[in-house]
Amino acid sequence: MAESIDQKVIDLIVDITGEEEIGDYRDVDLFDEGVLDSLGAIELLVNLKGAFGVSIAPTELEREEMNTVNKIIEQVQARL
Amino acid sequence: MGFFAEPAFFLLLVPIVGIAVVLGIAEKPLARYGCAVSIVMLLLLFSRSLESLAFFVGYLVWSFALAWYVARLFAQEHPQRIARYRICLALQIAPLAIYKVGVVFEPDFLGFLGMSYITFKTVQVLIETRDGLIEHMGAFEYLYFLVFFPTFTSGPILRSRKFVEDMNARLTRDQYFDLLYRGAGWFILGALYKFVGAAIGQWGMWFLPSVVGTESAGAAVLANIVYALGYTVYLFFDFAGYSHMAVGLGFALGIEVPRNFRSPFVALDIKDFWNRWHITLSHWLRDFVFMRFSAASFEHKWFTSPVTTACLGFIINMTLMGIWHGLTIDYLVYGIYHGCLLAGCELMQRKWGFYKKHKRDRWFKVCSWAVTMIAVIFGLALFSGQVLHNPL
Repeated sequence: MAESIDQKVIDLIVDITGEEEIGDYRDVDLFDEGVLDSLGAIELLVNLKGAFGVSIAPTELEREEMNTVNKIIEQVQARL
Repeated sequence: MGFFAEPAFFLLLVPIVGIAVVLGIAEKPLARYGCAVSIVMLLLLFSRSLESLAFFVGYLVWSFALAWYVARLFAQEHPQRIARYRICLALQIAPLAIYKVGVVFEPDFLGFLGMSYITFKTVQVLIETRDGLIEHMGAFEYLYFLVFFPTFTSGPILRSRKFVEDMNARLTRDQYFDLLYRGAGWFILGALYKFVGAAIGQWGMWFLPSVVGTESAGAAVLANIVYALGYTVYLFFDFAGYSHMAVGLGFALGIEVPRNFRSPFVALDIKDFWNRWHITLSHWLRDFVFMRFSAASFEHKWFTSPVTTACLGFIINMTLMGIWHGLTIDYLVYGIYHGCLLAGCELMQRKWGFYKKHKRDRWFKVCSWAVTMIAVIFGLALFSGQVLHNPL
C-alpha cells in the first residue's frame, strides 16, 4: 500500500514536470533544480487533492517543507 | 506626526526603544508594551485629523466583527459557510475599495493613513481562517497585529501566524540581544538609505536634467533618461530605507518583521525582480491572488495549458496591484505593464527553445539582466507619472 502511494505521488510529479527520472532523485531540491516553480507547486497541490483527497492550502507549507519528492510524499502520508 | 519622516518621530523612538531594551534584558514579555506604545503612536499619527481616527476605530471594530464571525463559521460545520465567508471577505475589502473609488472624485474622501496596508492583514486573517490555518486568534493578538506601529503606514506586510508566534515567544536575554543587534544594523542601514541614498537620487532627478537641458530632441531624451534613473535611485533608497528601518524597529520590539527588499538591481529576469522588490507585497499577492486563481483554474480545468493559466494569473495579479496603489491611469498602466512583462517572461521560459539552451550562458545572463533593468526603470517611469505627464 505504502509503495503505491509513493508511486502515485511520483507519477503526479512526473505529469506536471515532464521529468521522467524524478523518482530516482527523491532528495533533490525540485525548486533549486528548476523542476518545480510556484505554478507547478500549485498544480501539484490541486492534483494531490484530486488523487488522494488531501487538502493542503497554498500558504500552509513553506517551500522547504515540500521541495523534494520524499518531503511531498511525507506531507501526503501525514494527511491520509 | 508622520512616521519615519519627522524629527519628532525619531526622538520618540529613543524612549520607546530604551524601555523595550530594559524589558528585553529583564526577559519580560514585550507584547503588552509594544501594543500600548503602538496605540499611543497611532493616536499621534491621527492627532491632526479626528475624522481619520474615528474612521480607523470604526474599521477596527468592523474587522474584529468579521474575523470573529468567520472564525465561528469555520469552528463547526455550517451548510452555507463558504457563501457566507465570501460575503465577509467582500465586506472586509469594501472599505478600501470604496475609499479608492471615492478618492478619485473627492480628494478628501473618508479614509485613514495605512488603510491600504491594514487591508492586507485583515484579508489574510479571513482567508487563512477559512483554510483552517488559523484556529484561534485572541482579541489582544489580533489588535496588536493590526496596530503594530513600525509597519502601519507602509509595510512591510506582516503575516498573522508569524506575528503571533513572535509576540508570544519568551526570549532569553541572549536571544533578545541577538535580535536587537541585528535590528540596529537594519535601522542604521535604512537611515543611510533614506537620508543619504534617497537624497542623492532626488538631487539627480531634479538637478541633472536641468544641466542637460531640453533644447534639442536628443537632449530632451537624455534629460528624461537621467530623470528616470534619478527617480529609480530615489524610490529604491527611500522605500527600502524606510522598510529596513521598520524591520530594525520591529526587531527591537521582539517582532521579526520580514525583509522587503533584497538587492533588486541584480535581478536577471522580471520574476526574479519581484522576488527582490517590495517582496512582502508581491508574495502576498502571489499567495492570495495568483495561487488561488491558478488553483481554481486547474481544479475547474478552465484552460488546457498551464501556461495560459499562469499568464492570465500574472496579468490579473499585477493589475490588482496597480489598482491597490490607486485608481489613476499611471498606476493602472503600471500594473498591467508588469502583468504583461511577467506573462511574457513565463512564455519565454516555458516555450522558447533558445532560452532553454542558453539560459546558463554568461552572455545570455548579462543581456537578460540589461533588458530587465531597462524594463524596470521604464516601469518606474510609468509609476511616477513621467511617461504619461512629462514633468520636465
